[in-house]
Amino acid sequence: MDASPQADQDLIIKVRNLVVAFGDKTILDRLSLDVRRGEILGFVGGSGTGKSVLTRAILGLVEKQGGTISVFDTDLDSVSEAGKRALEKRWGVMFQHGALFSSLTVAQNIQVPMREYLDLSPTMMNDLAALKIEMVGLRPDAGDKFPSQLSGGMIKRAALARALALDPEVVFLDEPTSGLDPIGAADFDDLIRTLQQTLGLTVFMVTHDLDSLASSCDRIAALADKKVVAVGELKDMLSSTHPWVKSYFRGKRALARMKG
Amino acid sequence: MTTTLSNPAFEITFAQDQATIILTGEWTLDHGRRLEIIMGELLVGLGEVRKASLDLKRLDRLDTLGALVIDQISHRLGSDGVKVEMPDASDRHLALIGAVRHRNEPMVSPRRSRLVELLADVGQTVVHAGQDLVRGISFIGEVVVAIGRVMLRPASFRWASLVTQLELIAFRGAPIIILITFLVGCIVAQQGIFQLRRFGATAFVVDLVGIITLRELALLLCAIMVAGRSGSAFTAEIGSMKMREEIDALRVMGLNPVDVLVVPRILALIIAMPILSFLASLAGLFGAGLVSWIYGGIAPETFLSRLQSVINHRHFSVGLIKAPFMAVVIGAIACIEGLNVKGSAESLGQQVTASVVKSIFMVIVLDGLFAMFFASIRF
Repeated sequence: MDASPQADQDLIIKVRNLVVAFGDKTILDRLSLDVRRGEILGFVGGSGTGKSVLTRAILGLVEKQGGTISVFDTDLDSVSEAGKRALEKRWGVMFQHGALFSSLTVAQNIQVPMREYLDLSPTMMNDLAALKIEMVGLRPDAGDKFPSQLSGGMIKRAALARALALDPEVVFLDEPTSGLDPIGAADFDDLIRTLQQTLGLTVFMVTHDLDSLASSCDRIAALADKKVVAVGELKDMLSSTHPWVKSYFRGKRALARMKG
Repeated sequence: MTTTLSNPAFEITFAQDQATIILTGEWTLDHGRRLEIIMGELLVGLGEVRKASLDLKRLDRLDTLGALVIDQISHRLGSDGVKVEMPDASDRHLALIGAVRHRNEPMVSPRRSRLVELLADVGQTVVHAGQDLVRGISFIGEVVVAIGRVMLRPASFRWASLVTQLELIAFRGAPIIILITFLVGCIVAQQGIFQLRRFGATAFVVDLVGIITLRELALLLCAIMVAGRSGSAFTAEIGSMKMREEIDALRVMGLNPVDVLVVPRILALIIAMPILSFLASLAGLFGAGLVSWIYGGIAPETFLSRLQSVINHRHFSVGLIKAPFMAVVIGAIACIEGLNVKGSAESLGQQVTASVVKSIFMVIVLDGLFAMFFASIRF
């Protein structure tokens, strides 16, 4: 945990005064958040407070009512359709439940974005899919399996492999370790760390897992009261005075974990 | 970040039996096809050397594809007995190439000849058809047992579900079924009049339409419509419940999915089919009467009195007797296909299609069998 704030703050994602509301129910109210190049940012918040809404707003899946979001120094409001496509090639998304296409095998799932965007021979495409499968720690024969034949942990890994298909610069992970046993979750944390270092990824990770936050995140952002109420390293979270952050990081379960 | 893309390239300099290969440009996914060509050119251009050193310092960018190509180059060279090294490569490049290395050879799935595959397909289809039949019969048995259980303990029956299904099948289905049989009644009467007029036997159109509507047409149209409307809905509902493990949830609560899902649907069909078929007959006869009046000049009073003399209770009951059997066939096929859905969205679509096609086919086969049966007992 030596991620001291870099001198040149190379920001990959910049969210300013974001407002998202469904009907007259405001979910996010003037929220601001930065993601720096090369870091793993953990994003925490209570259930139903809008963590996923923020992710989906950045990805353009949810309409926003106000504020600006820029990714790779490009304002998402002013970007052209072609520019948006080019952006989408540079990010990878792993959805909470995988969202693998159920009628395609794992290898075919990984090849979907490749077919769409790249000019590659079928042999090379197969080699590349096999490589991604191995990089996320799946056995080579997993490539020929359908999502319905995979276990929960394997689905997460396959979904990560698909997110990495185009060698993105940023990956969004929605609760990557939820539903995994502690050993599987720790393995997954290590995997994300290793991939982040070898591929030079920036990772935006929505998570509830205190172990992930402690072991793999460079910085943590906490969402409460429709805003980001605290950003920083784990020690900043522990010293925060905001009541929700306090009860999250210094509650009974958290203290038991930290001691252990 | 939109710097001009620099194409990947390489330069080779030879010194005795050694070669130094300098890689330049962006070795990334965007240049996929180009990289594959480069790999071939490089291996050819290298010729016979004992030692090759790859210089990565002038690479602008490298990603997993570039690393994979470099790894494949060094792997090929290595297997030809060439010593490969990468001096002064940056840590990042080495880490990436390291992550890509050490892969198993891609698995090649064994290919069989077309003929063998075709024969295997045919065989499999035959076996599946046999299994379908056996499964269908045992499923109907299961449903009968479940209905028996319900009769012994009526309190445990899901009346609400039965009423909902009745509404969906009979009440909501009635308008379209009535409309269709009305139109078909009109068409049959019109054609009948045109053909019979040549023999001066226009009045016989009443016999024709009366018998064919009551015995066959109304019920068949009704069964086909119900298979398309309700059979497909049953398959899709039960199938998506299966996909989301809701069926398993019922089982572990000690509830039998056949009791909960299948019996109310099949019972609702058994009640609804005769009703719909009766309504359909009325609509068909009404349409025929209308057309006979307009095209054939047969006044409604004549039409009705002739109908009364031609049609006896047997023609009417044949249609009604067949209806519950059709209901069971449609309901059983729809529910079996629903329970056969596997995990994927594609399989749900396949089962719904199979459910509709199989039930329409079986309805027509069954109708043929009934026709033979009634003919042989002179009913």
